[in-house]
Order: sequence, then C-alpha cells, then structure tokens
Amino acid sequence: MAMQNCRKVYGETLVELGRENERIVALDADLSKSTMTRLFQQEFPYRFFEMGIGEQNMISTAVGLALSGKIAFVNSFAVFAAGRPYDQIRVSVCIGKVNVKIIGSSCGISDFGDGATHQGIEDIAIMRAIPNMTVLSPVDGIETRKMVKAAVEYDGPVYIRINRNEMPDVFPEDKEFKIGKYYVIREGKDVTIFATGYMVFKALRAAQALEKEGISLRVVNVSTLKPIDEEAIKELASGVKGIVTAEEHSIIGGLASAITFILRGQAVPIEAVAIRDCFGQSALNYEQLLEHYGLTDTAIIEAAKKVFK
Amino acid sequence: MSISDEKVVQLEKIARKLRFDIVTMIGAGKPGHLGGSCSIAEIVAVLYFHKMHHDPENPKWPDRDRFLLSKGHAALTQYAALAELGYFHKEILNTLKELGTILQGHPEMLRVPGIEANTGSLGQGLSIACGMAMAGKIDKKDYRVYCILGDGEIAEGQIWEASMTAAFYKLDNLVAILDKNGVQATGPIVERYDTNPHPDKWKAFGWAVSEIDGHDIRQIAEALDNADRIKGRPVMIVANTVKGKGVPFAEGKADFHHGIMTEEQYQTARALFED
Repeated sequence: MAMQNCRKVYGETLVELGRENERIVALDADLSKSTMTRLFQQEFPYRFFEMGIGEQNMISTAVGLALSGKIAFVNSFAVFAAGRPYDQIRVSVCIGKVNVKIIGSSCGISDFGDGATHQGIEDIAIMRAIPNMTVLSPVDGIETRKMVKAAVEYDGPVYIRINRNEMPDVFPEDKEFKIGKYYVIREGKDVTIFATGYMVFKALRAAQALEKEGISLRVVNVSTLKPIDEEAIKELASGVKGIVTAEEHSIIGGLASAITFILRGQAVPIEAVAIRDCFGQSALNYEQLLEHYGLTDTAIIEAAKKVFK
Repeated sequence: MSISDEKVVQLEKIARKLRFDIVTMIGAGKPGHLGGSCSIAEIVAVLYFHKMHHDPENPKWPDRDRFLLSKGHAALTQYAALAELGYFHKEILNTLKELGTILQGHPEMLRVPGIEANTGSLGQGLSIACGMAMAGKIDKKDYRVYCILGDGEIAEGQIWEASMTAAFYKLDNLVAILDKNGVQATGPIVERYDTNPHPDKWKAFGWAVSEIDGHDIRQIAEALDNADRIKGRPVMIVANTVKGKGVPFAEGKADFHHGIMTEEQYQTARALFED
C-alpha cells in the first residue's frame, strides 16, 4: 500500500486550488511548517496571513475575510483550531454560516510526542455540537485531496481533522468524494464497522484477520461526521449481527455517540473502539500510543467477535 | 472636508431620534440595553448619516464602508439607524426580541439587512473588522471599516490580539472607536477591572490615536476625517462618553446597562426626545 502524509497532501492541494481560485486565502498561527500551509505561503505570499500565536483572533479575522468574499482556510493543531477558539467558531463563524474552513491538524493522538496538551481527542465532539458546522475526517491522502476540493466548493463552515503521520492509501482513487456520503471500503455480511480516519485502515486489517476465522466484516469509512445521513447509516447497519465503531477520539461525542444514537431502539449489539474519557500522553512512536489506548486491529477484532456472538 | 453648522444640527437631531427609538424599542417594564446604546448615539449618527459610503437599497454593495458593532449589546442604536435609513421597515422596530423577529437581542447578519457580522460575544468584532480591512487591501478596494468597541469589552484578550494584527498588517483602512462610557454591567470599570490608560495602550500597540468628546458631533466628524489621512497605521478614536447619555435617570448608572424602565421613566424618556 502506498503511504501518504495527509498534512503534505493538504498543503499541496491548497496550493493547487489556490492557483485555480483567487478567492482562497490561508491563515496560520505559527504552525505553518507543520500544517504545511507554508507551501501556500511560498506561492501566494499576499494571500497568506501569519496571525501570530493567537487562534481566537485568527478565527474571527478569517470571518472578516470570508464576509468580504474570500474562502478562508484557518490552520492549527486540532486542539488549538477547535478547542481554544470555540466561542469564536460558534458566534462569528457558525451562527452566520460564514464560509470559513477550519483545519485541525495533528488530530487525535497523532502528535504522539507532545503529550496531552497537543492531542486533539474532543475536536469532533466540540465541532459536531455547533449548529451549521460540517465535520470531516479523511481516511488517507487520496480522500484528503478530494475533501479539501469539496470544502472549497461548499459554501459554509467546514472543519477537517488531519492526521500528522504517514497513512496508507485506502480510498478508491476513481471515486468522487461527497460531503455526507459513506464509503464501503470492504463488503461484509456479519458485522458492520463504522470507522473514521486512520481507524479505517485498522478495520481493514481486522477484517482480513476475521475472514480467516469465518467472520465477514463490512468496513464503512465515515468521513463525514456531520451532517450524518441517518437513513444511510441504518441501511449500512442492517442485515448484520452486530455493529462496531472505531475512532481516534474520545468515546464521548464522536463517532460512537453518533452511531449509537442513530441505532437506538434497534436490537443490535454495538461495541465502540475509542479513547475512554481520558487524556493522552507522550510516547516515542505513534503505534505504541495507539496500542496503549486500545486503538488497534486487535481491539477491533475482539469487539467484532463480541457483537457477532 | 469640514462639517457645516447645518449638518451638525441635523446630526444632533438624528441622534435624538435614535434615542427616541431606543427608548421606544425597550418600552416600559422590560429589560433592555439602554445605557450602552445611548452612549453611542452621536457616533452612530455621524457614521451612518454623514461619513460612511453605503446604500440602503443595496446592503451588500461591495464597495460600501463596513460598520461593525463589536459591543453588540448596543444593537438598538444600529437597528434604529438602519430603520431610519430604510434598510428595513420602521415598524419592525416594534418587534424587538419577539419570537421570530429579525431584531434579535444581539445583531445577526443573516436576519437583518445592513448587519455585517454576528457580534455580541464580546471581543470578536475588531478581529472581524481586521479581516474585512485585509480583504480590502488584497482587492485594492477603497472601502473603510469602522468598528465600535466598549471600554469594558477591551478586557477581552482577543481585542489585543486584533490590535496587533491591525498594526502588523498596516490596516490604515480600519478605524476603531472606543465608546469610553466608564461603566460595565456591574458598576464603574475603574473600580472593577480597570482597562486604562486607553490612549497609551493603543499607541504602544502601534495605532494612531486621538481622543474626543464622543457626544460632540463636530469632534466625531473631524476625528473620522483626520483618520482618512493616516497612512500605514490603524486609527483608534477614544471617545469619552456617558453611559445612558441624554436620559437623566440612566446617565452613568450600571443599573441601566440592561435595566428596566418604569412606565413613568419610560414616558419621561420618550418626552425628552420627542419632536
């Protein structure tokens, strides 16, 4: 499987789109070397704004740009992009449905070295709770590229969470990305797993292992976390013996919350693979940290077996 | 451009009319932001009826000057001005805060023609104004952005983030006006959380600063004209005002930040501003 870094793909895509569309501007809070908006800065210095280390002002400034016809991409780590300026996103961006795109980079625990302060594990919950916000989470570089393009075409607030590390290509290159559409990455008939981000790849690995044990796993890439198409989710959850959700996010307010709510009242067992209402911590590598918090293919296999019984 | 005596008289009359509408909108027996709305009546009158280029028939005219009320709780003054100018029908003023009305307790851009952004969660308007001024620079437009701040509001840290943005990006198409009425919701600002000294702070942050009597039409107009000539720096006009200005029982009173007028007070206040 080819590997790509979503941050790099995002940075390159923004430049490509910036060449076609002069309305695109980018703002960053001293993380452009990491969020990769420095690529945009190099090509379009007059459409890039370094906003200092001040995320709240950055969001509202982007609102002013957007209200003057710009498509404003605001960039920081997920914690600082979604958490710190919560009220600015709520009031200046979302009540008025302003055309601001917020990029939460180094999401989840993908910034493994920096510890709890820098690990964005509640961003989906926070962003989903705000009316008018669209919340996206790409599975890989291929989807990132398509998703950023879709965000430009969509008129309104969008939040995209981007993983820090290299991720294997999973999304079909020939498929169009549409906000609100779910993608069955692997067909299966016994258990459906709804996964997002890097956990989709983990689910695929789990599916291979489960196949050998006679359990067929349907892997669904939920890259749009809001708005959620309830009927589509119910359809994908039908005809199986159990449901699993998997996300690199807190178990509160993210994919597990969304799916269990939609499937309420249905007699189908559900298990969630997610971070259990606790903060992250530093580790020397990403996989070690994922394992520590139970975000592994093994955990998915166990969950699938549990609901399949 | 100096302002004529006739124009001054006309704008004074408009400020009286704005106050009449503010009082009428609030009514008797209901809470409303009387104090902070009355303190900006002259500033709003000069901006909307004299200084700014705008078109009530075409609120989204791309070359219009922008007005942002960062202290969004004083929306009553802006609503009164917009109605007077014909942005929406005057009768709508009678629907303030009613369920389903366009006139929310704090201004909403998707509901009211002429409202540029959603403000009222304090501290955000100046940043939005910066973004609009930056867009004006990118697009080489001549429009100017005006933003009214409260002196209580500037305790919000985001204001100072925005003040650095305005100076760093040399936003000389941005003019901020500080409504220095000295009183916040719970009492005098200096006794609670002193945000002084205002001119010195803004100067230190790289702004061109002037200080005026915020109820003197001529001083307001001249300060705004002077701002047109400043290059390479944003402009701050510190406007010394009186909270509740013009309504004797409310002047300088924190109780009328968001106070309730008795029927008697209501009638007294209306009579003061009636033609």
